[in-house]
Amino acid sequence: MTKRRLGYGLLIVLALVAPYAGLYPVLLMKILCFALFACAFNLLLGYTGLLSFGHAAFFGMAGYVAGHGIKVWGLPPEIGLLLAALAAAALGLVFGWLAIRRAGIYFAMITLALAQMMYFFFLQAPFTGGEDGLQDVPRGKLLGFINLADDLNLYYFVLAIFIFGFWAIYRTVHSPFGHVLKAIRENEARATSLGYDVDRYKLLAFVLSAGLSGLAGATKTLVFRFATLTDAHWHQSGEVVLMTLLGGMGTSLGPVVGAGIIVTLQNELADKVGSLVSVIIGACFVLCVLAFRRGVVGEAGALYRRITGERRS
Amino acid sequence: MKRRLCCALSLAVLVSVSASAAAPKISGGVVKIGVLTDMSGLYSDLGGQGSVTGAQMAVEDFKAQYKPSFKIDVVYADHQNKADIGSNKVREWYDREDVDMVTDVLNSAVAIAVAKVTAEKKRILIDIGAGSTRLTNEDCTPYSIHYAYDTYALASGTAKAIVKQGGDSWFFLTADYAFGHSLEKDSSDIVKANGGKVLGTVRHPLNASDFSSFLLQAQSSKAKIIGLANAGGDTINAIKAAAEFGITKNQSLAGLLVFITDVHSLGLQLTQGMMLTDGWYWDYSDETRKFGKRYFDKMKKMPSMVHAGTYSATFNYLKAVQAAGTDDADAVMKQLKSMTINDMFAKGGKIREDGRMVHDMYLMQVKKPEESKYPWDYYNVKAVISGDDAYQPLSLSRCPLVKK
Amino acid sequence: MTEIFGVSTQALLGQLVLGLVNGSFYALLSLGLAVIFGMLNIINFAHGAFYMIGAVMTWMALNYFGISYWWSLALVPLVVGVVAVVIERALLQWLYKLDPLYGLLLTFGLALIFEGVFRNAYGVSGLPYSIPEQFSEPLNLGFMLLPKYRAWVILVSLVVCFATWFLIEKTRLGATLRAATENAKLTQAFGINVPLLVMLTYGFGIALAAFAGVLAAPTKQISPLMGSNLIIGVFAVVVIGGMGSILGAIVTGLALGVIEGLTRVFYPEASATVVFIIMALVLLVRPAGLFGKRES
Repeated sequence: MTKRRLGYGLLIVLALVAPYAGLYPVLLMKILCFALFACAFNLLLGYTGLLSFGHAAFFGMAGYVAGHGIKVWGLPPEIGLLLAALAAAALGLVFGWLAIRRAGIYFAMITLALAQMMYFFFLQAPFTGGEDGLQDVPRGKLLGFINLADDLNLYYFVLAIFIFGFWAIYRTVHSPFGHVLKAIRENEARATSLGYDVDRYKLLAFVLSAGLSGLAGATKTLVFRFATLTDAHWHQSGEVVLMTLLGGMGTSLGPVVGAGIIVTLQNELADKVGSLVSVIIGACFVLCVLAFRRGVVGEAGALYRRITGERRS
Repeated sequence: MKRRLCCALSLAVLVSVSASAAAPKISGGVVKIGVLTDMSGLYSDLGGQGSVTGAQMAVEDFKAQYKPSFKIDVVYADHQNKADIGSNKVREWYDREDVDMVTDVLNSAVAIAVAKVTAEKKRILIDIGAGSTRLTNEDCTPYSIHYAYDTYALASGTAKAIVKQGGDSWFFLTADYAFGHSLEKDSSDIVKANGGKVLGTVRHPLNASDFSSFLLQAQSSKAKIIGLANAGGDTINAIKAAAEFGITKNQSLAGLLVFITDVHSLGLQLTQGMMLTDGWYWDYSDETRKFGKRYFDKMKKMPSMVHAGTYSATFNYLKAVQAAGTDDADAVMKQLKSMTINDMFAKGGKIREDGRMVHDMYLMQVKKPEESKYPWDYYNVKAVISGDDAYQPLSLSRCPLVKK
Repeated sequence: MTEIFGVSTQALLGQLVLGLVNGSFYALLSLGLAVIFGMLNIINFAHGAFYMIGAVMTWMALNYFGISYWWSLALVPLVVGVVAVVIERALLQWLYKLDPLYGLLLTFGLALIFEGVFRNAYGVSGLPYSIPEQFSEPLNLGFMLLPKYRAWVILVSLVVCFATWFLIEKTRLGATLRAATENAKLTQAFGINVPLLVMLTYGFGIALAAFAGVLAAPTKQISPLMGSNLIIGVFAVVVIGGMGSILGAIVTGLALGVIEGLTRVFYPEASATVVFIIMALVLLVRPAGLFGKRES
C-alpha cells in the first residue's frame, strides 16, 4: 500500500516538473483531458462491465456548455466547468435511465444511437456554431485572480482537475460501492440475488462516469478555447474505448497510459502518414482485442507479478 | 516557456540591430511555411496533398525568379479535420519550429481556431480552403487573410447570374445546420433583391441517406431553379437523385457550393447544364493552363481552386517578405495589404482590411458530355463576376477591424 | 385533390413508396446483423463497411474488369462473403469464448481499417455508377413517376429477405442452424459441424450487406463513408425490432424506412433523429424490442 502511494506521489512530482523538462504544456494538457475522460470511461467499462459507445455525447456536450457559459454568460471558469459537469451528469441520467434497460451489446448500441441523436442536436442547435464550432472562449481568471491565459498556470489548474477526478474515481472503485460494481461486472445475477438493486448501482456509476467525462470535455474547451463537433462525434466515443482498452481496462493507470499513447500518436502522425491514421487506429483495435486484452498496464502488471512471483491479492 | 520567448526576443533585437540594412531580417534565417490541410478526410480531394504540392511549386518558382537571400522551407501536417489537432500543431509550429505563415487550412472549424492562435502568436494565416465567412466577419483578425473564396461569393454569384438569365423562381434544398442556413440566406436575399421569388425550402439532415423525398417536394413546388444549399456528399447525392427522378428535365439545379472535384467525381452526364461559381478554373487562359499542366504532371489531376490558391498565396507571401525585407508579421501584413495581386490566380486582387482578398470570380456552366474534348474539360465560363460584386460588401461586414 | 395536414394524398403515396425503398436497405442490413448475432452472438460493427465494400467492388468490377451490374449482383456478395469467411477464421473465431463486447470492438477496428484503406485508394468525393439501362425510364404509378430502378430495389430486396426467412425458418438447414443457436454443444454432439455452420452464417450475413451495397451503388455516390453514415441508424432499427426474430428484423426495417420517409414530409428537420426517438420510446414501453424475447 505504501509502495503504491509512493508510486503515485512520484507520478505527481513528475507531472509537476514535466513542463520544465521541455514537454509541450498544451499537449500535456490535452493528454490530461483525455486521460481523465478515459478514466471516467473506465469506471464504467473496466469496473462495472458496461460498454458505452456514446460517451462522446457527454464529453462534447460539456464542452459546449462550458464554452457557452464562459463566453456568453461570462461565468468564471471554475463555475463554467462545474456547470458543464453537472449538465453532462444530467444527460448521463437520461441516457443511463434508458440504456440500462438492456444489457451487453444492446447497451452499447443504445448509447451509440442516443449519442448520435445528440450529435445531430449539436449540429443544428444555434448556440454551437454548427460545423464552425463554438470559438474564441476566453480562458478567464481562476477564482478571479489567477490568469489562465498563461499556459503554465492553466497547466497546473488542469493537473489539479485531473488529480481530483482520478482521486474521485480511485475512491469510488475502492469503496463498498465500487465493490458492488465489480460484483455486478463479475456476475450480475449473483449481485441481484444478494439483494443489491443492480439497476440503481449501474445508473449511479453511469451518471458519475458521465459527469467526470463532462468535466474532462469542459476542461478541454478551456485549454483549446473552442468546442467543436469532433468531440461529440462517434469516432470520439470509439477513441476513448481504444484508449481504455490499449492502456488496460480495469486498471487505475491504464486509461492514462492509453490516452497518452493515442494523443501522442495522433499528434506525431499528423505530418507523417497522412491518410492512414484511421487504418492505424483500427489496427490497434484489432491487435488489442486479439492479443493484448489486458492492455499495456495490465500486461506490465502481469509481467511484474511473474518476475517477483507475487500472487495477486 | 516565457523565459525562452524573452531570450528569443532579445536575441532577435540584437540580430536585427547588428544586421546591415540591406540583408533581410529573417527570424532563424529561414522563412518557414506550414501547410495545414486535410490529408485523409472529407476535404482531402479539394486540398490535401495537392495543396502541399502547390506550396512547394510556389517556393521553387519564387527561388528561380527572385533569387532570395533567405532560405525557404515548407512543412505540412494533417489536421484530420479536428480543430484541436490543427490548433495544437500550429501552436507547436509557432512556438518550436518558428513557422512564419500557415496556409490552406480547409475546414472552417479548424480555420477559425487556427486564426485565433495565429493572432495570439502574431504570425500570418492565409486561408485558402475554408469557406466560412466568419473568417472575415465575427472571427476576423489583423493577421488572417481569406484568400480564394467564401460561401457568400459562391452563392451570391450564382444566384445573381441565374436570376438575370430568367431563373426567377427558386426552391432551396438546405443542409440543416448553420452553414446551410447561411448559404440559403445569402442566396435567397440576392434572389429577392434581383426580383426573383423563393417558393419554398426544405431542410435535410447532414449526410442524408436519401434525397429523393426532398427532391419530390422541390419538384412539386414547380420552381424553375432548385438551389442546393449544401456541400460535399450531400450535394453529390442530391444531384444524382435529381437526375434519376428526371427532375432536371423541367427544372435546373444551382450548386451554391460545388467544386471541380465534385463535378469530376459525378461525371458530366449527371452535372451537365448546372450553373456554379468558382474562384479559378485551370482552362481559363494560357497562364492558368500552363500552371494546370505543370501541376498535372506531378499529381495526375488538374488543380482545384484551392491548389492554385495555395500556390498563389505562398508566392505572394514570399514576394511580400522580399519587399518588406523581413518576416515580421506586422510588416509583411502591411506589405500584403498594399500589394496588388497579379498572377495566374488573380488579376488585380486586393486584400481588404477585414482580410478578404477580393478578386474576380467566374460563373460556370457545366459542359455537356459531347462538348468535353479532353480530360478535365468541364466548364464553359459564362461570365466573369468582378470581385466587388461577388464578395460581401465591407458595409455589411461584422468584422471589428473595419472602421465605419 | 384530397389533402392530409396540407400534403396531398398523391404526394403522400409517393413518399410512402420512397420510404419503402430506404426501408429495403434497412431490412437487408438489419437482417444480416440479426442472422450473425443469432449464430455468433456478436454485433458486427463492420456491417456498414461491408455494405460500402459491396458498392465499391461493384464499381471496381465495372471499371477494371468490365463486369456488368447484373453479374456484380451475384458475384460481389459471393466474393465479399468469402472475404468474410476468411476474417471469421483468422480473427473472429478466437473471440467466441470471451465477452461478446470484444467482438464488437474487433469489428469496430475492422470497420476503421476498411474505411481508411478505401479512402486512401479512392478519396472521398466518391465514385459514379450509372443506373443499368434497362431501368432508365420511370414507371408511372398514377400518383408518381417512380424510377424503375427504385421499384427493382424494393422488389429484389423483399425477395431476398423472405427467401432468407424461408431458409432459416422453414428448411432443414435452417432448423439445424436454429438448433445450433439454441445449444451449440448439443448440436455438435449430434454430429453437426457447428464451427462450419458459424463460419458460413457469418459469410452469409456479410454477403447480405454486400448485396445491399451492390443495390445501392447506382442510386448513391459510392464513397468510403457511405457505410458508417448508415450503420448507426441500422443499429437503432435492430434495437427497436429486437434481434430475436428474422421476420421482426425485416418488418422493422421496412416500417422504419416508411416512418422516416413520412417525417421527411411533415417535419424534415427531425428526419435524422426520428429513428433514435422511436428507439427511446420503444425502450420505455418494451425494453426487449418489438419482436424480441425477454432476456434471461
